[in-house]
Amino acid sequence: MSQTPRSFQEIILALQNYWASKGCAILQPYDMEVGAGTFHPATTLRSLGSNPWSAAYVQPSRRPTDGRYGENPNRLQHYYQYQVIIKPSPPELQELYLGSLEAIGIDMALHDIRFVEDDWESPTLGAWGLGWEVWCDGMEVSQFTYFQQVGGHDCTPVSGELTYGLERLAMYVLGVDHVMDMPFNNPDAPIPLTYADVFKQTEEEYARWNFDVADTAALLRHFEEAESECRAILDQAHIDPKTGKRIVMAHPAYDQAIKASHIFNLLDARGVISVTERQAYIGRVRTLTKACADAFVQTRAGGWSDAAA
Amino acid sequence: MPDLLIELFSEEIPARMQELAADDLKRLVTNGLVDAGITYASAAAFVTPRRLCLTVEGALDASPALTEERKGPRADAPEKAIEGFLRSTGLTRDALEERETPKGTLLFATTRKPGRPVADIVAEVLDHTIRTFPWPKSMRWGSGSLKWVRPLHSILCILVREDGSEIVPLTVDGIVSGNTTRGHRFHAPDTFSVNNFDDYAAKLKKAHVILDAAERSDTIWHDATNMAFANGLEVVEDAGLLAEVAGLVEWPVVLMGRIGADFLALPPEVLQTSMREHQKFFSVRNPKSGRIERFITVANRETADNGATILAGNEKVLSARLSDAKFFWENDLRVVQGQGMEAWVENLGNVTFHNKLGTQADLIDRMATLAREIAPMVGADPDEAEQAARVAKADLSSEMVYEFPELQGLMGSYYARAASLSDAVAAAAKEHYAPLGPTDAVPTAPVSVAVALAEKIDKLTGFWAIDEKPTGSKDPFALRRAALGVIRILVENDLSLRITLVFAALIGQKIAYLGLKEKFDGTALLGRDLNETGMSEISELVFQAIRNATRDAELQAGFQEAAFAKIDDLLTFFHDRLKVYLRDQGIRHDVIDACIAMPNNDDLSLLVKRARALSETLKTDDGENLIQAFKRANNILTQAEEADGVEYSYGPDPKFAENDAERGLFTALDAAEAKINPAMKAQDFATAMSAMADLRSPLDAFFDAVQINADNAMIRRNRLNLLSHIRQLCTSVADLTKIDG
Repeated sequence: MSQTPRSFQEIILALQNYWASKGCAILQPYDMEVGAGTFHPATTLRSLGSNPWSAAYVQPSRRPTDGRYGENPNRLQHYYQYQVIIKPSPPELQELYLGSLEAIGIDMALHDIRFVEDDWESPTLGAWGLGWEVWCDGMEVSQFTYFQQVGGHDCTPVSGELTYGLERLAMYVLGVDHVMDMPFNNPDAPIPLTYADVFKQTEEEYARWNFDVADTAALLRHFEEAESECRAILDQAHIDPKTGKRIVMAHPAYDQAIKASHIFNLLDARGVISVTERQAYIGRVRTLTKACADAFVQTRAGGWSDAAA
Repeated sequence: MPDLLIELFSEEIPARMQELAADDLKRLVTNGLVDAGITYASAAAFVTPRRLCLTVEGALDASPALTEERKGPRADAPEKAIEGFLRSTGLTRDALEERETPKGTLLFATTRKPGRPVADIVAEVLDHTIRTFPWPKSMRWGSGSLKWVRPLHSILCILVREDGSEIVPLTVDGIVSGNTTRGHRFHAPDTFSVNNFDDYAAKLKKAHVILDAAERSDTIWHDATNMAFANGLEVVEDAGLLAEVAGLVEWPVVLMGRIGADFLALPPEVLQTSMREHQKFFSVRNPKSGRIERFITVANRETADNGATILAGNEKVLSARLSDAKFFWENDLRVVQGQGMEAWVENLGNVTFHNKLGTQADLIDRMATLAREIAPMVGADPDEAEQAARVAKADLSSEMVYEFPELQGLMGSYYARAASLSDAVAAAAKEHYAPLGPTDAVPTAPVSVAVALAEKIDKLTGFWAIDEKPTGSKDPFALRRAALGVIRILVENDLSLRITLVFAALIGQKIAYLGLKEKFDGTALLGRDLNETGMSEISELVFQAIRNATRDAELQAGFQEAAFAKIDDLLTFFHDRLKVYLRDQGIRHDVIDACIAMPNNDDLSLLVKRARALSETLKTDDGENLIQAFKRANNILTQAEEADGVEYSYGPDPKFAENDAERGLFTALDAAEAKINPAMKAQDFATAMSAMADLRSPLDAFFDAVQINADNAMIRRNRLNLLSHIRQLCTSVADLTKIDG
């Protein structure tokens, strides 16, 4: 790894290597559409219960309302977040985090790093935490949060969560002004690719679909379906009648909650949700994620044990 | 006399909480010490982003020993009683003292509580302080259960004596106290030990930490103004921002950067807001042009390149922010210059104001109707007031206000001007939200006043109609502020306006339409002339409004009853807010009640004039004594009227006066009346009250010399009629029976 990264992917790889070297399990992105890395069950569900956990991963994130047809220098409807979650939060988490900035080529001796109050709350996840947005020379480069509650459950122990907006961070490190101009791979590679080569066309396609074409009647139906499927899954008895095993299906149910949340975002982008309805939809998604959280703490990964039961 | 030094070292404390936290630390620890018997000479608290510090000087070495004497049973009391006393005191029989008293020989026990060493007390008090610290928001971390604002890393707690310092041992949720701390996160991250406060402050400074927030502020301001001055510029003062920035750094380094030439044409408020809110930059102004040309940022460290990298980064971030702002500004201008502000108003039809009160566009329709109606009463042109109300909230659809909500109104005035609307309309867009607080300036331009009143009165009547009134500390729609706004606009502009006449029809119509679940548009108001309408017609206003909504007699009756109750209730709410407003100006509660009891009490300006006059009069000797004399007169009269079953309101005749005192009162009354009547007509309540106060001496003399209930029925009746006349005169400004004392 060279001292200063020259491409988007080098920055991602540097983060992967750094957090792997600090003992995190390097997971892969979750295979569903989510609005942020926090939605990955490796964060949402694993921050519940008493089992220790340590993971890092890239999560493609979709925010349909942020689509700008690839024209805005830093707004995208699809972008990458880098997510680190460690439970319990280690005492040296701030130092670990600063080490990750060094790892991607930010020289602490020349830059001004600041931890500025920013409390985090996710109404759809029924979650909140306290922490900061981290500034590098006045630029917000990460969110740093100590989870206090997720899915309506108090977090004990507390997880420390770091979220890096990868495009924005990389643009800063690489000195690029427009995201589409950013080298994706090595600019000296036989086939150098920019961010535009990879994503410009998809930004246009999705922006058109998100804003004008997505079938809202079908989406509304899908929302209802995901909602009822989530409930139906959670209504099942804990003991599987076929295997006789105790199998609480927290994850399949949570998939439906994620789905409902993304469909809500799509409906929002289509402009068919009024201000008042918004709160109601958010409340419905929150009810689902809370129910999934309730189910997850009934699983082994969520801290449930036969002895305690 | 040891000194105490405490430092609680944590991850970054939010800037806005720091000052209060330092005060709390000082208060809680010193109070705890004093309660446990440790007095001290002086104490001071300090705060940086990562540490709370307290120094206490000249504390006692130990709490004083306490001697307590308890009286026991008689020496010859039964064995059991004596045993019980011994048990409760923990002493043996021979330690008790026998003392002769008038009640015989009694046993006395003297117990001595030894003093406790200061270290024990400090440990106890600090432990309790940390565990119960009143952070506005606190959190847990790791596997611990302790709550602190952000993870707490170390506790420094030492007692300093002439012969050296000792660590006060304590452990809070696994954190063991010590005598070490750390310096600046990047410049001096290693731990070091300290011996006393001076040593601590000096070592911190060497480790790139300025402990005192005031010193950091001073440094920042001094360096910033010098840097600006050297360039012929000046820093825009912003005490709030200065305090905040001083709370974000331990080692402030001031840097001045440039704003790209492309952005200098943006409205200065946009530059300032964008820089302040997002980047915490100070604005730097050219005193000649008044334009903002540069910015000051405060870094938390020194660098080998003298901040060049940091400044370049900050300039870049600002440039991205301002590109957005410029993009919004230009898009917005294109819209208003092309289509006027109406396009935005139409958009507001998609934005809910409140689910029971319709969209923002509905709100604007109602405001426009109401502003037109209020206009003649506040000296505004009705057409202009209506137009101003129609565009006042248009900027809520603009891209700039979407991005910077705090610029609402202000952007509206820029855009109104860009749309070639009149200056009065543009000003109303900016001013119609005012006043936002008790000290915020009140609009005075007639069009602004009409729109500002319309906005607030619509809001109040709407939320009253749907029963969303403030309760206790909850006032989510800021209705108290709206009512205070109406009061201040009317009173400070000296506008006479009967507010119930304005809101009677609105409430009537809102109740009716809500009851019918139909959209409410404000048409009930059209074409009325409130100046012509008397109090007796409030019921007519309500009825008309309801009749326009429904012809069903039964529904009409129900709506009317509900509307009257709401109108009374809303007026009471206004009166309650008025009491708070006047109390802050030193006017007593009972004075206001006395004025509320008068007719036309929905004319708030009139009400305030009465209250001020009465309050001033009560401050004089004559005024205060007039109340006594008045009450005496009133009591006698009321008793007589009750006993006799008649009302004494027939004019008294001076020819029945029996002595000089009585004749004197007649003369004084004539003189007073000659002053009071014209003063009342001119609403010059101060003159009227002062004329009333002049009655005090003759009234006192009259009571001294005369028996009201004279044997002669004719004379008695005449005197009661005289009192009645005085009562009538003295209650023309306010109902003095309601005054305390």
